[in-house]
Amino acid sequence: MTAKITHWLDDRLGLSAIRELAAHKTVPVHSATRWYYFGGITLFLFGIQVVTGTLLLFYYRPTVAEGFDSVRFIMTRVEFGWLIRSIHSWSANLLIFAAFVHMFSVVFTHAYRRPRELTWASGIILLGLMLGFGFSGYLLPWNQISYFATKVGADVAGSTPVIGPAIARILRGGNDVGAPTLTRFFALHVMVLPMITAALVALHVILVQKNGMSTPPWIPPSRVRQMKFFPNFFLREVMVWYGALAVLGALAAIFPWELGEKADPFASAPKGIRPEWYFLAQFYTLKLIPSHVGFIEGELLGLAGFGVVAVAWALLPVWGVNRAGEARTRLVTGAGIFLAVYLVVFTILGYVK
Amino acid sequence: MTPDECSGQCKQCTNNGENRRTMLSWLLGGGALASMVSFLYPVIRFLNPPLVTEAAVNEASGGKVQDLKPNSGKIVRFGSKPALLVRVSDTEWKAFSAVCTHLNCTVQYRDSTQQIWCACHNGTYDMNGRVVSGPPPNPLEEYAVNIRGDEVVVSKRA
Repeated sequence: MTAKITHWLDDRLGLSAIRELAAHKTVPVHSATRWYYFGGITLFLFGIQVVTGTLLLFYYRPTVAEGFDSVRFIMTRVEFGWLIRSIHSWSANLLIFAAFVHMFSVVFTHAYRRPRELTWASGIILLGLMLGFGFSGYLLPWNQISYFATKVGADVAGSTPVIGPAIARILRGGNDVGAPTLTRFFALHVMVLPMITAALVALHVILVQKNGMSTPPWIPPSRVRQMKFFPNFFLREVMVWYGALAVLGALAAIFPWELGEKADPFASAPKGIRPEWYFLAQFYTLKLIPSHVGFIEGELLGLAGFGVVAVAWALLPVWGVNRAGEARTRLVTGAGIFLAVYLVVFTILGYVK
Repeated sequence: MTPDECSGQCKQCTNNGENRRTMLSWLLGGGALASMVSFLYPVIRFLNPPLVTEAAVNEASGGKVQDLKPNSGKIVRFGSKPALLVRVSDTEWKAFSAVCTHLNCTVQYRDSTQQIWCACHNGTYDMNGRVVSGPPPNPLEEYAVNIRGDEVVVSKRA
């Protein structure tokens, strides 16, 4: 009976091709294999975001009048609502952390080389999208902290030369953060960003599938064993996912995400206001730059700097390899360490100061 | 049993290996199933909407007397549900639950036939709330109407 059903489905869906693919896919085994798991962890956490985000949509109301109260209703009245919301917030943060680890692992194992330039570029765009999710989702509970963080964030975007004011107006849906902003951020957070992300995740994963896993250049090909992807690597990956889920569940249950106070546009900004940790390094850098450097406005200079670094980073597969297509390991590793240290130190400084 | 010991008694060994594999498969499958259940349970409970207690309403305002002409009706709020207030004549007032007993539509007063009519499936009720024609299975609940000064008050019958 089971065989009959399988055969019927196979005839129509071509399952055997997928099975064939799974049977032949392998993963290289070497000293850096463990870093392969972080892409999977990021994907898993994204799946959690999709599920918990969809659940939150059943109760959330995206208006200034009801947004905050609907989140409070979720957290206080709906069964397991506190857990779902807390997991959504924690998972968002772990997801961005995992994405950063994944990115740096690709840098330090020099996996951006030919033929994986597009995989790298799509990954960098995905990281940007994740930051966009974080920024837009932060405002949705419409609490005091998120309200002011969004005011500042939109203002920063607004100081981009030439197009800045237009971007800020489009982001806010007006000249100030208010009811139109909430609607816009909601549309971005639950429709626009998810659609773009879904397409890019598909591309990213298909490219990984097509080009296989990269082996670091310092490991001689003769020394690399292959592990079957299914079931050997897959089961290990699932075990790692369970581990990530355990961490997530523990964080969500022991440190439930706070809701804070309802946003009041006519109250002063609360003391110690600062953005989410993944924007802290940039936030602190902007604080350090004097208001004017020569004839240029300090903030403008900082933003231009971030822009240049981001573009250069996205172009890593171009400047990170020599004519023969081999990785410039010293240069790239140096740049990677420099960026990682900068991010860590400035994030900590942003917290402390 | 080590592989060396195995060579002499292959059959039993293979059987042992198969038994172990079967058991591991069951443990793996059972574990996966159990975790699925533990994920789905909170989700199902989450989707079940919490009871929102609504204050029980026994009385609602039907507006001013002079706002409603004789032989006309209007919908008034009765708690969270609509009620139909009808001024049959200068002095005679009637009020009913405006929720059609068929499929929950909101009924209206028809001055041409002097009946209560539901537009959804052509159900009609008379001015006592009884079904005249169409699919409604039950009569409409009738409310009491009192005039206080120039205000019309609709209330549940005791």
